[in-house]
Amino acid sequence: MSAITAEGVRPKRKLSARKRGQRVRIVQYAVLALLVLLAILFVDGRQVSQVFFRSDMVRRTISTNLPLAFLNTIAYTGGAFVVGLAGGTVLALMKLSHVGPYRWLATIYTEFFRGVPALIVLLTFGLLPLALPGLKIPLDPYGTVWVGLGMVSAAYMSETIRAGIQAVPKGQIEAARSLGMSSGLATRRIVLPQAFRIVTPPLTNELVLLTKDSSLVYVLGLTAQGYDLTKYGKDLSNTYANVTPLVIAGLSYLVITLPLTFLVRKMEARQARSK
Amino acid sequence: MSAESTTAVKIPTGNREDEIQVYDLHKSFGDLEVLTGIDLVVRRGEVVCVIGPSGSGKSTLLRCVNLLEKPTKGRIFILNEEITDPDADVDRLRTQMGMVFQSFNLFPHLTALQNCTVALTEVLKKSPADAKAIAMENLHKVGLGDRADSYPLKLSGGQQQRVAIARALSMDPELMLFDEPTSALDPELVGDVLSVMRDLAAGGMTMMVVTHEMAFAREVADRVIFMDGGVIVEQGPPAEVIGNPKEERTRTFLRRVLDPTHLPAPEDEVTGGSPSRG
Ligand SMILES: Nc1ncnc2c1ncn2[C@@H]1O[C@H](COP(=O)(O)OP(=O)(O)O)[C@@H](O)[C@H]1O
Ligand SMILES: [Mg+2]
Repeated sequence: MSAITAEGVRPKRKLSARKRGQRVRIVQYAVLALLVLLAILFVDGRQVSQVFFRSDMVRRTISTNLPLAFLNTIAYTGGAFVVGLAGGTVLALMKLSHVGPYRWLATIYTEFFRGVPALIVLLTFGLLPLALPGLKIPLDPYGTVWVGLGMVSAAYMSETIRAGIQAVPKGQIEAARSLGMSSGLATRRIVLPQAFRIVTPPLTNELVLLTKDSSLVYVLGLTAQGYDLTKYGKDLSNTYANVTPLVIAGLSYLVITLPLTFLVRKMEARQARSK
Repeated sequence: MSAESTTAVKIPTGNREDEIQVYDLHKSFGDLEVLTGIDLVVRRGEVVCVIGPSGSGKSTLLRCVNLLEKPTKGRIFILNEEITDPDADVDRLRTQMGMVFQSFNLFPHLTALQNCTVALTEVLKKSPADAKAIAMENLHKVGLGDRADSYPLKLSGGQQQRVAIARALSMDPELMLFDEPTSALDPELVGDVLSVMRDLAAGGMTMMVVTHEMAFAREVADRVIFMDGGVIVEQGPPAEVIGNPKEERTRTFLRRVLDPTHLPAPEDEVTGGSPSRG
């Protein structure tokens, strides 16, 4: 924009940057006002609230068993996150290993689980006990979800954690080794704590994604005790032919994800300041 | 590895006083030959200052001594144990030599005290109480007993470097390696670090110090080594090497370092075009 004036080629009516900004803003507000007006004119507000937010359905959704579904979603997500974190750390260390086969295995694993729909992974784990009659995944359905979703998220997290490990300055390892620490000890006590600090924001983002991905558990044959928010909302919506339960379920996810997103913002701001 | 190049010298000397012994040390990075045949013995209690233009291989020499760099050729003995032996217990030998880096390399997630105790408890298996006592003693020694609970980023550069020295001293090493410990410091903070090092030298610590502080070298060193192009060009007491150098290369270098008016012109050597690494 200002390059033109900088080169001395003046447009006919040159507006100051401030004036121009003002005009752009006026146009934007005008468009917004128009859209709001159209919405008021053509959308039947009562009908919308009847479908999406009917008050008796809101009450029914909350009172039937929303807290359990909410806790289930947290349990599915939390367990999968722990599995993903542990697996992701191991994979990250494998990728940085001097042993070639470890690196290859970790890479193959990552590319496989990032390239395959999480839904299919979860379905596979759900069906595994049928295919292998002896097999019983403990804590069903939680165990199945934790392992299934955890294995997928380990693939994603491993890349993040690897980047975090590599972001720790080489001098840190050298200082640790010069104190007589073994490579493993230096990794555990010096490198990983710093790496995890660096990657806490992206890992929290991963937790947000995982919270939403936990909705995939609907494909497992869950009993009502195991319903997560999505399955719970879907079930009620089907029963009463009304969307409100799904809307409530959706809003419940926000109760989890918004604070996490806010936390990530704060952590990122703090990291930026401390640089 | 045979000692073809050496004739009558016994390797290692077996003398307990010869704490660092370096024989025919070569180090290349790819095609770049950085060290081309270094022989060096540092005695117990000796303070050896290594000077020389940037890129001459001073850091590499120091880093080979505690095997942070793997020599391409040659043998190194620490306290008469060969650290270059593939079967050497390198971690244990490293606990005997403290290393202080140009960029401090304190652990930022640990307090000053924890920086000093972490290897005491994890490597030397001291009890937390013993480790704390040892660490506090060394923090007091460097004048930072009152900053034990500070995180490194809350400390000035000079304070950080003194914590780094305390961290190394906490291991109760036989010898200390310093790689330009004051080069990253603001001028007004250099004095505190040098005075800690002066005290250490006076206390009889064996020290190998890469430095550009000529006044310090002149005052504290028992021996000054001038390196250029990957070899030791000249060595001897500071009065000789710094006061009255024999070699033309040493004179040229000292003229540039000691006379600031010479600095700007051939800056390639003194301030160096090489990447600034520890
Ligand atoms: N890890 C490394 N990889 C490649 N080149 C290196 C490495 N470390 C040092 N060098 C090179 O070796 C030469 C000597 O470096 P160094 O020992 O740091 O010199 P000094 O400490 O005397 O300034 C320089 O040219 C430097 O660029
Ligand atoms: Mg150097």
